[in-house]
Amino acid sequence: MNVPDDLLYTETHEWVKREGDNVRVGITDHAQAELTDVVYVELPKMDRQANAREAIAVVESVKAASDIYAPVKGKVVEVNKALEANPGLINREPFGEGWIFVLQIEDAGDLKQLRDAAAYKKQIS
Amino acid sequence: MLFKYAASPPNVASSKGLLDPSLTAQTRRLACRVSDGAQKTTPLYDEHMRRGAKMVPFGGWLMPVQYTSIVEEHRAVRKNIGMFDISHMGQLIVDGTGARDWLNTMLTNNIDKLDVGTGQYTFLLNDAGGIIDDLIAYRIGDEKFLLVVNASRTDEDFSWLDRHRANDVDLKNRSADYGGVAIQGPRVIDLFHAVLGEHLALPPRNHIVALARNGKELLIARTGYTGEDGVEVFFWASEATWFWNLVLEEGKQFGIEPCGLGARDTLRLEMCYPLNGSDLSPERNPIEAGLGFFVDLTKPNFTGREVLLKTKENGPAEKLVAFRMQGKGPPPRPHYSIFDNGERVGEVTSGTVSPSLNYGIGMAYVSASHAKIGSNIEIEIRGQKFPATIEKKPLYKRS
Repeated sequence: MNVPDDLLYTETHEWVKREGDNVRVGITDHAQAELTDVVYVELPKMDRQANAREAIAVVESVKAASDIYAPVKGKVVEVNKALEANPGLINREPFGEGWIFVLQIEDAGDLKQLRDAAAYKKQIS
Repeated sequence: MLFKYAASPPNVASSKGLLDPSLTAQTRRLACRVSDGAQKTTPLYDEHMRRGAKMVPFGGWLMPVQYTSIVEEHRAVRKNIGMFDISHMGQLIVDGTGARDWLNTMLTNNIDKLDVGTGQYTFLLNDAGGIIDDLIAYRIGDEKFLLVVNASRTDEDFSWLDRHRANDVDLKNRSADYGGVAIQGPRVIDLFHAVLGEHLALPPRNHIVALARNGKELLIARTGYTGEDGVEVFFWASEATWFWNLVLEEGKQFGIEPCGLGARDTLRLEMCYPLNGSDLSPERNPIEAGLGFFVDLTKPNFTGREVLLKTKENGPAEKLVAFRMQGKGPPPRPHYSIFDNGERVGEVTSGTVSPSLNYGIGMAYVSASHAKIGSNIEIEIRGQKFPATIEKKPLYKRS
């Protein structure tokens, strides 16, 4: 299973990529493989404030709806509109075109609570 | 995100066969290995694991929900052929001089219509007319019947029937002795001939026959839960691995795929076949569920008859309808509320995105005055309302 070394991860299978004062967020390869067949994505509203571990998006597969959590406290500044027409991007490119939203974070120190690739690999092994 | 699977899938119209129930102990051990927790496993558990199936709890059993992808497995059944493990389903044998008359008082359909070697879809009701289970009853001898019941209801069905048993009737729960598979899809006849020989004819729809291959007994019923042509095959639990691998090997040339409960659920829902526990329950009766065809109210006496007569006479307050989503939106799921002009008129019992039709579909109980085909309704999903229409059953028709 692909777990890129340059990303951070949550226990709930989101990946987090630091981009200056922002973080880009999606679900991991492991998560998409567990879900398979993503058929609908409910994106968060632009500019909404979210606390860490707050459910702000929903990914639906044929069988189930799964909440996506904000990995850290922040404000939604970008959402991946392409997923509305093409939710299967999450299955095909979970770390690339399948990203879900971008958060502007308040405190970069919050990122310390996330796990690194080694820890996430251990979690899913 | 957190992983969760909607408690879902299979069975309803499944079947089962003509075996003489004469063995027990050693096959029972094979069929019913209990894995961690209280989940039982079928005799095909090791095969599922070997093929990397995703396993989920279902009705007390640990079952494969998918091997590769629900959508791919679904399409394999619609286009070629798929095979499902249905070993978790229950088999009850009813035998004796009074078996026929007694079953006619316990079940809603008319068992007098069954010749030896044929089966019918029917209901087991409680005294209030509520559905304990839906099942297929096969007549496998002059005085012998096989009931193929839902996995999660097997024990309850057995104890209900045993409590009401007549003196001249013998009742046995043989579920642990049998393994079973459903082989479904337009290429089933080709596969059947490849496995069992060109000279053998498939039994007609709703018939069941006993055959042998390599000296091993097979019970083959022309039934299913997918809307495609197909068979359900039962065998001794100890033969399950042999048969499963034989069919997958022979089936390669026809594009066979092993399929999980996920595809079983999307396939049955496209056909509007009800799932007990979702669309059917002890609080619902067959008339409300739109399944009066499988109830013979001309029979003088069966459990629940008075209630069903009244429901039929007055018309049910709520009806089980099929619907489809209009436009883009999230898939409908069980327990979502249904609205008509701002008024709450019902609740979803089953829902998914149809892999054949590529839009959201489902079934729901709605108040009778809002149940008209073609009516516009709205489904509330996470606080937002999405448009849908009530449709004729089935939602999917083979082209």
